[in-house]
Amino acid sequence: MDAMEAIKQTFFQECEELLLAMEEGLIAMDTGAADDETINAVFRAVHSIKGGGGAFGFEDLVEFAHVFETVLDRLRSGALKPSDRVVKVLLRAGDILADHVAAARSGNAYPKGADSDVIAELNALSETNESKDALPDTDEFGFRPTPIAIASAPPAAKTWRIHFVPHAALYAKANDPFLLLRELATLGTAQVTADLSRLPALDVLDPDQAYIGWDVTLEADVPRARIEDVFDFVVGDCDLEISEALPAPAPIAIAIEPEDAIPQAQPPRAEAPEKKEPAAANADTAVKQAIRVDLDKVDRLVNLVGELVITQAMLSQRVHECDIPRASLIGNGLAELEHLMRELQESVMAIRTQPVKSVFQRMPRLVRELAAQTNKDVRLVVEGEATEVDKTVIERLGEPLTHMIRNAIDHGLETPEDRVAAGKPAEGTVTLSAEHRGGRIVIEVSDDGKGIDRARVREKAVERGIISATAQLSDEETDNLIFMPGFSTASQVSNISGRGVGMDVVRRNIVDLGGRIVIGSTPKKGSRFSLTLPLTLAVLDGMIVMIGGQTYVLPLAHIVESLKPRSGDIHGFGSGRRLLNVRNSYVPLVDTGALLGVTQDADPASGVIILVESQGAGRFALAVDAIVGQRQVVIKSFETNYRHIEGIAAATILGDGRVALILDVDGLVSRCRGELGGAERSELLATGT
Amino acid sequence: MDDHKETADRRQFITFRSGEQEFGADIMVIREIRGWTETTALPHSPDYVRGVINLRGVVLPVVDLKSRLGRGATATDIKHVIVVIQAEGRTIGLLVDAVSDILTVTTAEIQATPELVRDEQAAFVEGIAVLGERMVTILSMNRLAASLVASEHAQAA
Amino acid sequence: MSKVILTVDDSRTIRQMLKLALGDAGHTVIQAEDGVDGVEALQKADNVDVIITDINMPRMDGFGLIDQVRRDPRNRAIPILVLTTESDAAKKQRAREAGATGWIVKPFDAGKLIAAIRRVAP
Repeated sequence: MDAMEAIKQTFFQECEELLLAMEEGLIAMDTGAADDETINAVFRAVHSIKGGGGAFGFEDLVEFAHVFETVLDRLRSGALKPSDRVVKVLLRAGDILADHVAAARSGNAYPKGADSDVIAELNALSETNESKDALPDTDEFGFRPTPIAIASAPPAAKTWRIHFVPHAALYAKANDPFLLLRELATLGTAQVTADLSRLPALDVLDPDQAYIGWDVTLEADVPRARIEDVFDFVVGDCDLEISEALPAPAPIAIAIEPEDAIPQAQPPRAEAPEKKEPAAANADTAVKQAIRVDLDKVDRLVNLVGELVITQAMLSQRVHECDIPRASLIGNGLAELEHLMRELQESVMAIRTQPVKSVFQRMPRLVRELAAQTNKDVRLVVEGEATEVDKTVIERLGEPLTHMIRNAIDHGLETPEDRVAAGKPAEGTVTLSAEHRGGRIVIEVSDDGKGIDRARVREKAVERGIISATAQLSDEETDNLIFMPGFSTASQVSNISGRGVGMDVVRRNIVDLGGRIVIGSTPKKGSRFSLTLPLTLAVLDGMIVMIGGQTYVLPLAHIVESLKPRSGDIHGFGSGRRLLNVRNSYVPLVDTGALLGVTQDADPASGVIILVESQGAGRFALAVDAIVGQRQVVIKSFETNYRHIEGIAAATILGDGRVALILDVDGLVSRCRGELGGAERSELLATGT
Repeated sequence: MDDHKETADRRQFITFRSGEQEFGADIMVIREIRGWTETTALPHSPDYVRGVINLRGVVLPVVDLKSRLGRGATATDIKHVIVVIQAEGRTIGLLVDAVSDILTVTTAEIQATPELVRDEQAAFVEGIAVLGERMVTILSMNRLAASLVASEHAQAA
Repeated sequence: MSKVILTVDDSRTIRQMLKLALGDAGHTVIQAEDGVDGVEALQKADNVDVIITDINMPRMDGFGLIDQVRRDPRNRAIPILVLTTESDAAKKQRAREAGATGWIVKPFDAGKLIAAIRRVAP
């Protein structure tokens, strides 16, 4: 790849980080949690985006960033105060800047005028009419253009006389007169003489003082500006006289005024050292060393470790089969190996975990846009952003989160008027939180809106044939009807909520990941979505079982308990169905072997029952032949090379090198229920828990 | 043909036997040849899908070629062979009796499929190569692999 | 003649661009992300011929860096070029007051960069 292309990619990656930092800072300013450093950070972010953008010639981006940056500069110098109104403008400006970056990245032009409103507001805040074109001219060496009367010069070279006396300050700044004179010399033919008139006697010579000056006669066909340019860095730290030697009598000496305040050693930069302390104390800037690694490399590492785990298990198995006692040297060695493997696997998995913050970061903007579109006042509270989850899960979180938040704002929250009428504050609150609970990650989106209108939901469900008119459902079951296929309310689909993707698709995607999603609500008070996901999609804690002579894996997450049934506990129900009495509650009994098509009419009482909890369908009793053990298995896809089979989630490779199928509890349950008639299904629903 | 030139219309095939018939598959789609190992059965799958095996960490579905072509199931023993092919973005294994050799033919030598070949086979047959007394049925692995996915909807649950 | 150049900038993009331009010209580049890093890098290095630094950086900005560098008399001979997107006289003056040897205005091109270095380092 072309080097500049690679840097351009770096630039866009960096922009992403900078935009996030900017948004964080702006949000902090919005909630009043900002300090000077926050404002500086926001300024720097926009400044850096502008700087990089300029290097690649993204003019629209640079122009907008410049206007934005000007306001931020006023903010950090204290000339402008971060009032609510100001911050709101800045937030919008931030969104527009993100759009500019996106346009630059995709190569599409930014729509003309889409930013004019915000620019107008920003300009108002800078109290200047700094239009987009008011970018200061930058020319070579940043020389400030001075008007030069260019008389039609005769082709003959001009003769310049330069008198140059550096001050001590010039040396203090590591400038070297020799280099300046050398540069002068490159312009033409130069004759240099040292002016030693100020040089004192040796015994009073102060080595830190500057005494020597130079007179240069330069024959060069250059404009004066070019000569002044050579001294651009040191103007102010020297006496400089440039004159053109004219054939006429007296050379007109034009002195360039040395600029103000010849500085003394080090003007105290009070800000910098002070900022060091609070910055170090601030947890955010605590230097946790990080490196950037290609995702491919991490994935490869994870796969390799997965293979290692399998191989180690195989090895253990073979050794065990050879009847080598565990207390032997080999046995001990293997136990140690297993222990190390577990640690290795955990560490490697931890590399891939990321805080959910990266997904949560997109939500504030979404909330802002939705609030604007629905004309509602919404405040977003975020908790637990630091909760860490495997990147495979993070990638899949965005979509369900977006739907939940859309739902909360669109359907949950009332308009400000309605809220006030109900005695609530006009501003609605949506809370987004993440935490680890029981080996899973639980993400909740709750709102303080009007809750679910259960009567309407029921009505709609009956209308669409999802439930029978006489079905008895608990409040919780009614609330979760919104996840039923076909429920998506076409009539009240708004532009934002219904993009043809109903909550049923959202739920299906989550279930496919091994997670679950439920909704609960309190009328008039609010609703809450609860989304649970496994911490990683690469490994699974499973129970190894035998069914029809074959080994299968049941995900532990769905297992409630296992038990040995007594024939007296098994009851017939309807046509050929059976129920199991578990402590006086009746659970549908599933002949798993028959369901999978691997056995016929096994006697459930002769095996073991595994009680599982399925998504929204209550508990089921799965009959298996035997339980072999419990293990963490590496998930392998078989759909890549084959196709989806309902009831089978994935595959794994066991210690003996053979493939074992991982069962999909919800899939099995659907398959089972699919074999039931509609009426029986809802009756089962009622008795199932 | 005594041509020693590399002409564009020459193709190379690996030939194998399955139930008394000889078949050929384009050498480009063949990844490796393995001995037979017991498969893990897949529920609710067609009879010709014997199951899956572990191919160095990849879950490989194994299709009994004889069965797929409607000629009954192969009674496997350790002498049988799994031909690992890669087509249509999938890696699958084909259970055959034995692998024969590598055949180089020109496209001119491949004849069209005669009418009396059964439908099930015809879908996967590209043509027939006749070399002296040998008749090799050239199979399209792409179509075979693609048919694995398609069969889902043909399945009665 | 090849120089050892310390580049201090919080933008990865700018650091890479500097490295590319300076590297192509045969110089050795040491990178730092902010003033604190820069001071550390200077202390660790055997020899630094030129420092190029951004102004706006977290933890310690360009002025702070120049200040720290100039405090040590051994470093007074090291030219420091300040990178700035701001070309107005006031900012340049401030840089000069802080002890900067010169400046490079962003967006810069390789030519500008190399010429500026030649002006301050032999």
